[in-house]
Amino acid sequence: MSNHYEPNAVATARSMDPTRVSAWIATKKYWYLLSLIIPALPIVCAYFAVESGNGLWLWATVVFFYAGITLLDSVFGDDEANPTEEMVETLKNESYYKYVLYAAVPMLWLSIVAMAYVVSHYEWSWFSILGGALSAGLMGAFGVNLGHELGHKVNDKGQQLAAKLALATCGYGHFVIEHNKGHHKDVATPDDPASSRMGESIYKFVRREIPGAFRRAWALEAARLQRQGKSEWSFENEIIQPALLTIAVYSVLLAFFGPIMLPFLLIVAFFGYWNLTCANYIEHYGLLRQKDKNGRFERCQPHHSWNSNHKISNLFVVHLQRHSDHHAHPTRAYQVLRDYDNVPKLQAGYPWMFILAMIPPVWFALMNPRVVEWAQGDLNKVNVDPDLKDSLFARYHQTEQASQP
Amino acid sequence: MSQFECPDCGYIYDEMVGAEHEGYAAGTLWKDLPDDFPCPDCFVREKPDFIKLGESITTESGA
Repeated sequence: MSNHYEPNAVATARSMDPTRVSAWIATKKYWYLLSLIIPALPIVCAYFAVESGNGLWLWATVVFFYAGITLLDSVFGDDEANPTEEMVETLKNESYYKYVLYAAVPMLWLSIVAMAYVVSHYEWSWFSILGGALSAGLMGAFGVNLGHELGHKVNDKGQQLAAKLALATCGYGHFVIEHNKGHHKDVATPDDPASSRMGESIYKFVRREIPGAFRRAWALEAARLQRQGKSEWSFENEIIQPALLTIAVYSVLLAFFGPIMLPFLLIVAFFGYWNLTCANYIEHYGLLRQKDKNGRFERCQPHHSWNSNHKISNLFVVHLQRHSDHHAHPTRAYQVLRDYDNVPKLQAGYPWMFILAMIPPVWFALMNPRVVEWAQGDLNKVNVDPDLKDSLFARYHQTEQASQP
Repeated sequence: MSQFECPDCGYIYDEMVGAEHEGYAAGTLWKDLPDDFPCPDCFVREKPDFIKLGESITTESGA
């Protein structure tokens, strides 16, 4: 594998010769518009489905996400360019980049409504309706991705509002609190419901992740409101605000588009949640922060995240896959996130890794050896599923190799 | 009144301003913040990590 990880070497953001990268970084500004393709695609596909009468069109957004982006990644490869320090200073405050995100938010909602309309007003097979619902559910998933990028900018009221509107597409309004204050603090430790453990299948992980994330978000928000002397059951509660928006829009769709909206919207919300689960599952699988001499977990380091530096998928998900830099600097805007040398790297972009994660035997065969390599054979340094500790240690723990410096 | 800077993201806690959204009213002194007080911007640095800056101007017009 080209992205070999060297455990004893320091991970750093690769510095670049500005003359080599400045042209691409300047052009890339416009390539981020690719991130608007998926939010618009269900509208286009729903139109073609109606025009042609072929319900398979309703699946097209889902197929493009998993297969299309993966194929494009394999054609266009990695994005080697990192902005230089001077470029970062200019790029980080350019509001253009934020408006690309703003443009996507209403498109997501429009796509959900368009798909809901087409599903409910024309005759389709149940299979086609499922495709339409999953396509609309991807809008929820992209809503979480946008809500993630926007939600970190806590000082910008516009971005905070846009984050809530984006996250409400699939009813994941508690994400900003859960992610910023919870996940970033506990990442790559056994305490984090949003970091997966070695040996834990995604189907086991999701049962820990979804309830754990909600409980943590609610507790954090209740504590904040308590400090302000307010009730957790108030309109000031930033979990309740976006939840009300989700309930309002979903109710209107149900009232106007009929009972088919019940399974449709359940699938939309489910698929939004599920894609976040997939992302959380692959981003820190097995990686563990060590405890210092005071018993506190060391700070999150670049080698505590799995990265993917593929050019096309990174444009579609606005650099979410440059995950080490994101955890090193959580408030850093997407356009200035950098790729690091010598950090754990996934073999493909997120869409394909999500598919692999959904087939546990394949995922374990691929990733468990890589986690062991990362930990230099010492499973004491791995975030291991406690239920499988004995069998994983028996199979993977290499005491001799681990005892070497 | 003193100011303290987050070493990661550059956020500055000003005792005069507090961190209202997080429930720390204007005028809350640094010593009265809990030890696990996280940076209200990046949330990945905590009170002991902050760097003390100079005094903030205590007149109304300087706020």
